[in-house]
Amino acid sequence: MAAVQVERLARRYGEREALSDVSLSLEPGRTLVVFGPNGAGKSTLLRVLATLLRPHEGSVRVFGRSLPREAWAVRGRVGLLGHEPLLYRELTARENLRFHARLHNVGEARVEELLEAVAMTERAAEPLRTLSRGMVQRVAVARAVLHGPELLLLDEPRANLDPAAVELVEPLIGASSGLTRVIASHDPAGGLAEADLVLGLRAGRPALLSPATEIGAAEIAGLYR
Amino acid sequence: MRRTVGALLRKELLVELRTLESVPGMTLFALTTFVVFHFALNRNSIDGDLAAGILWVTLLFAAILGVNRLFVADADQGGFDGFLLAPVDRSAMLVAKALTLLAYLIAFELVAVPAFALLLLGPPLGQALPGLLAVLLLGDLGVAAIGTLVAALTVRTRARDLLGPLLALPLLVPIVLGAARASSPLLSLGRPGALPARWLVTLGLYDLLFGLIAYALFDFLLED
Repeated sequence: MAAVQVERLARRYGEREALSDVSLSLEPGRTLVVFGPNGAGKSTLLRVLATLLRPHEGSVRVFGRSLPREAWAVRGRVGLLGHEPLLYRELTARENLRFHARLHNVGEARVEELLEAVAMTERAAEPLRTLSRGMVQRVAVARAVLHGPELLLLDEPRANLDPAAVELVEPLIGASSGLTRVIASHDPAGGLAEADLVLGLRAGRPALLSPATEIGAAEIAGLYR
Repeated sequence: MRRTVGALLRKELLVELRTLESVPGMTLFALTTFVVFHFALNRNSIDGDLAAGILWVTLLFAAILGVNRLFVADADQGGFDGFLLAPVDRSAMLVAKALTLLAYLIAFELVAVPAFALLLLGPPLGQALPGLLAVLLLGDLGVAAIGTLVAALTVRTRARDLLGPLLALPLLVPIVLGAARASSPLLSLGRPGALPARWLVTLGLYDLLFGLIAYALFDFLLED
């Protein structure tokens, strides 16, 4: 069974078509990297898979469950790391993670484990608004994987992270995590390096869909011209 | 459900303690309004219908400030998405937000009602207090239910600061009316009258009605 099965997906915002005629299938443990210029529909695709947006046409199945009808069965199996950290600025890193841990019925030991993993233990008692964007992004990574999701939806996950931090979060959201991943990326070379499958979007429509081994960075860069 | 409500409520109160955006604002508004009435009416003491009316209209407008802020942190900082990604009953957010608003109302009334007695009220507050507490509780429950519903309805709109009061005020009029009528005999000079059961029942039924409406609609308001 495919981890993600999308057929002729369409999604609109009012009159504007954000996604149209998108079809793909992603096997468990594999990584799909979605490329495309700003406004191409990458984030919308991630939000549909995360159950936050309803598909307007077509069918979307995650772990065999149909969205939005069976969204309740998918929530908790998906981790989303989007442009927004989904954290409260006035709360500390620890308070934010504890809050999400309670929502997902996860023990507090996991919170401490992840704070350690993203090297935030020492700053865990400071309100998020006092932390740098890179630090907030590290906490957001911890938030996204807190509940042990099987599918990670990552929207430019390494934005704001310095090279050391990128290494730090690699075991949590990188290829070595072994999780099924859908990544939105603007980095043709870097994205291609971790992709099993590549989807290129232009104005919401699929411009290319190919195994990563059969495509080059130049073709992906072409999406942006 | 209980665990989720607890987690949300704890988060709400922590955020309010850190930002002090709602309760202090509501309290200051109420105090300022009582001072303005004190001088505008040019009277040191009021009682009966006038006292009840001024008390409840002031409490209502102060409550609107809290209603407008209720979902702002969630909407602006991605709290909605964080909550919607969790495998929890979405009604938990309604319950937690209504309890939060109720806590804000009780907290600011602890200051506002004695201040009203000090600045404006003729009869001693002590004799009216037991009955007034019952009316305050029923009024607050209604404001919490309607306020949470309206705040959820308007928070994702661009004109939420305008739309919130415009939608909430007509719905809250029966609460002000019922609460003021119920409070009026309690705030009369001389021997305070008995609590009018008719208005208490009206308030209770109105609270129940909007509690049920909010429960029925809330899931749809959170949906995309």
